[in-house]
Amino acid sequence: MNRRNFLKIFALTGVGLAVKPAKSLAALVPEENKTEQAVDLVAVMGGEPDQMFRRAIAEFGGMNQFVKSGQKVCIKPNIGWDRVPERAGNTNPLLISEIIRQCFAAGASEVTVFDHTCDDWVKCYQNSGIEAAAKEAGAKVLPGHQESYYRQVELPKGKVLKDAKIHQAILDSDVWFNVPILKNHGGSGLTISMKNYMGIVWDRRAFHMKGLQQCIADVCTLDKKPALNIVDAYRVLQTNGPQGRSESDVVLSKALFVSPEIVSVDTAATSFFNQIRSMPMDVVKHLGFGEEHGLGTTDLTKLNIKRIRL
Amino acid sequence: MLRKLRIALALVAFAVLTFFFLDFSRLLPESVQVIAKIQFVPALISLSLGIVLLLLLLTLVFGRIYCSVICPLGIYQDVISRLANLFRKKKLRYKFRKARTILRWSVLTLVIITYLSGLGLVLDLLDPYSMYGRMAVHLFKPVYMAANNGLELLFTAFNNYTFYKVDIHFWGWASFGLALVSLLVVSVLAWRFGRTWCNTICPVGTVLGFLSKLSVFKLSIDHETCNQCGLCSFNCKATCIDSKKGSIDYSRCVACFNCMESCNKKGVKYLPFWKVKKTGTDKTQVKTVSGKIQAKTKTKTKTKKRIETDTDTKIEVKTINKTKTDASKREFLSVLMMSSLLMPKALAAGFRQQISSLRPLKRTVPMMPPGAGDRARFNSLCTSCHLCVSKCPGDVLQPSLLEYGVEGIMQPQMLFDKGFCNYDCTLCTEVCPSGALKTLTKEEKHRTQTGRVVFVLENCIVYRNETHCGACSEHCPTQALRMVPYKGHLTIPEPHPDICIGCGGCEFICPVRPYKAVFVEGHEIQQVAKAFEDEEKQDIVLDDFGF
Repeated sequence: MNRRNFLKIFALTGVGLAVKPAKSLAALVPEENKTEQAVDLVAVMGGEPDQMFRRAIAEFGGMNQFVKSGQKVCIKPNIGWDRVPERAGNTNPLLISEIIRQCFAAGASEVTVFDHTCDDWVKCYQNSGIEAAAKEAGAKVLPGHQESYYRQVELPKGKVLKDAKIHQAILDSDVWFNVPILKNHGGSGLTISMKNYMGIVWDRRAFHMKGLQQCIADVCTLDKKPALNIVDAYRVLQTNGPQGRSESDVVLSKALFVSPEIVSVDTAATSFFNQIRSMPMDVVKHLGFGEEHGLGTTDLTKLNIKRIRL
Repeated sequence: MLRKLRIALALVAFAVLTFFFLDFSRLLPESVQVIAKIQFVPALISLSLGIVLLLLLLTLVFGRIYCSVICPLGIYQDVISRLANLFRKKKLRYKFRKARTILRWSVLTLVIITYLSGLGLVLDLLDPYSMYGRMAVHLFKPVYMAANNGLELLFTAFNNYTFYKVDIHFWGWASFGLALVSLLVVSVLAWRFGRTWCNTICPVGTVLGFLSKLSVFKLSIDHETCNQCGLCSFNCKATCIDSKKGSIDYSRCVACFNCMESCNKKGVKYLPFWKVKKTGTDKTQVKTVSGKIQAKTKTKTKTKKRIETDTDTKIEVKTINKTKTDASKREFLSVLMMSSLLMPKALAAGFRQQISSLRPLKRTVPMMPPGAGDRARFNSLCTSCHLCVSKCPGDVLQPSLLEYGVEGIMQPQMLFDKGFCNYDCTLCTEVCPSGALKTLTKEEKHRTQTGRVVFVLENCIVYRNETHCGACSEHCPTQALRMVPYKGHLTIPEPHPDICIGCGGCEFICPVRPYKAVFVEGHEIQQVAKAFEDEEKQDIVLDDFGF
């Protein structure tokens, strides 16, 4: 290398370093080259549910970061309705079975799956495909249709909801994962991770009586937080939620959002939904209430987000 | 040999049908409901002519096989008599009893008269299959469910989740009490006298008994071998063998073959009538089988006609006097009893109304299960066997009291205090043996309107508290309650009764008490719901995260 060439290269790299890459470009830069900062939220698009989860959990450093050998894990999907997976009423069964497999691979001693369903629980568990998928992956599928499965828990930080009966599978677990599906909801605008908490509670009518949006935020102040909120947006119910009337309510959107920050992951999912159908943040009021409770930020610019396209 | 075959078949039929009534976790395939469908009264009422003819033919050829092998109440009595002998030092010896012909025919007449005059209640109460059904649902099933919960407790303690807890069914004191009284009466009679119920009260027993007199195959005592030891009579649970005379009352014989097996001399034989040697029975009766049936059926229709016209009241009055029962008195008494039971409730409701600012609106027309069609049809066809009550996965179908009037006491109605009707479920319409509920496909069910939604704005949480709710709309499968923009970002339900199918999801979940903001009003005649319009399918291509 002669002196001229050396000076050329020197000048060009100087220019390159001086121009700060735009934020959207940063996502395209291989992640390994970035400075080692903890990931707050991973968003994946364009893959199958299990494939997207494998990619997302890898970004967090693998399941070992959350599940230690011998631990009891509880997974809480949304199995609220007697609907097949194509109708997007419940969390995708492929996603659930992949999470279960990863938990066992990380050394979990037991994985349980349950939901307090709205429709007849036997039919919900069957037709959602979750019971079969979970059992095949080695998990125990627990019922949630009886009050005796729930234990009274105080919620001192709650504004209007001061206590609730919480399913023992959550209370008795070492780690739990909150695995909702992103759906339109007639009452609360959207149902995502925070709204999915209503499935760990026995008396949901109390929520509606006392103010649905505030109660959703209040129950999320439960001390035992999920290790991760894993939002299934593979199929999204854009209208007539949370049940949907037909397949014309469903959009195949192939996305997944994962974060330990519940308010942030729901904010991200809301922004995503907003592209399908207008859904301003202040319609999904419980997000703001959650932020007031200190459950995370709705300002996504403050977070280290990884956006991945498969 | 015949006896053993009878016992084996009867036990299988009995066990399967009983378990079908108890089986809340749906272990049995749905095809076993065929045992409910071949029961005499439901088949007759639903005009399943094939089944009725088959049962009549079975009786005309072999005798009362229905009573010994198919009828669950009959087999139940056999089980009880058998158990009774375990508690006795000496096996009970039955004795020949005189036929209670007048009583039997009076009961049958009463059943027919009341049924034709529009009061199916008497038939519902006395149909042996339905009686047994109610016993199974209201007495045996709670025990089965409690046992399940016991096992659940035990297994779950060892981290095994094979069993799950269930709410033990209790559908009110009236249905429980009725089942208990039926159980006690039938059990006491069976314990002490064998098949007395079948041969004195049971209307099916009377009809089939009459036919079995004419049956081709009959049990008969061979007078040449008979030494009048009386063993056959001792073992006859129908108490119809007069061993001294060597005669058998075929109208009461339930073809159990106990006599045949008990005879040491092999003197009791089961033969076609032409091979029967001269016995104590009336010979002429046997000879003119076919001719007699025709004659008899003719006279039967005649009496029916007479009753219908109601002008020739002589016969009616006579029979009523004889049995000393008075339908109108019964009706009056039952109304009195029910109203005295309901009165405190009504008063309490009135009180609540005063202290609450809620609009006291509630359902006024009771809701029939899907497939019931119109009220008169449903009330006349349903025998209140409560199979649908037992099978309903949402615990929606519950026995009624006076909601349908006296003629519908105990018939199932839809109530939404425990659950709501699953959109895709058609189980009740499939299992109904009497045709009271027409079998519906899933698509037909989706359009069957059992009732229409009524929205009471003044009671709604969104209106009263100005907070988000939407519980009703959330549960609505057709969006007959649709959340529409209200103040600010609030949404409020908007009713679209045309597309409502009356599943009651909204009424079940509405959190307002005691008067809900939403309920379903029943129909006298079920309607076809308008189909909802699908959302326009948009091709949405997402290539950005949106944040």
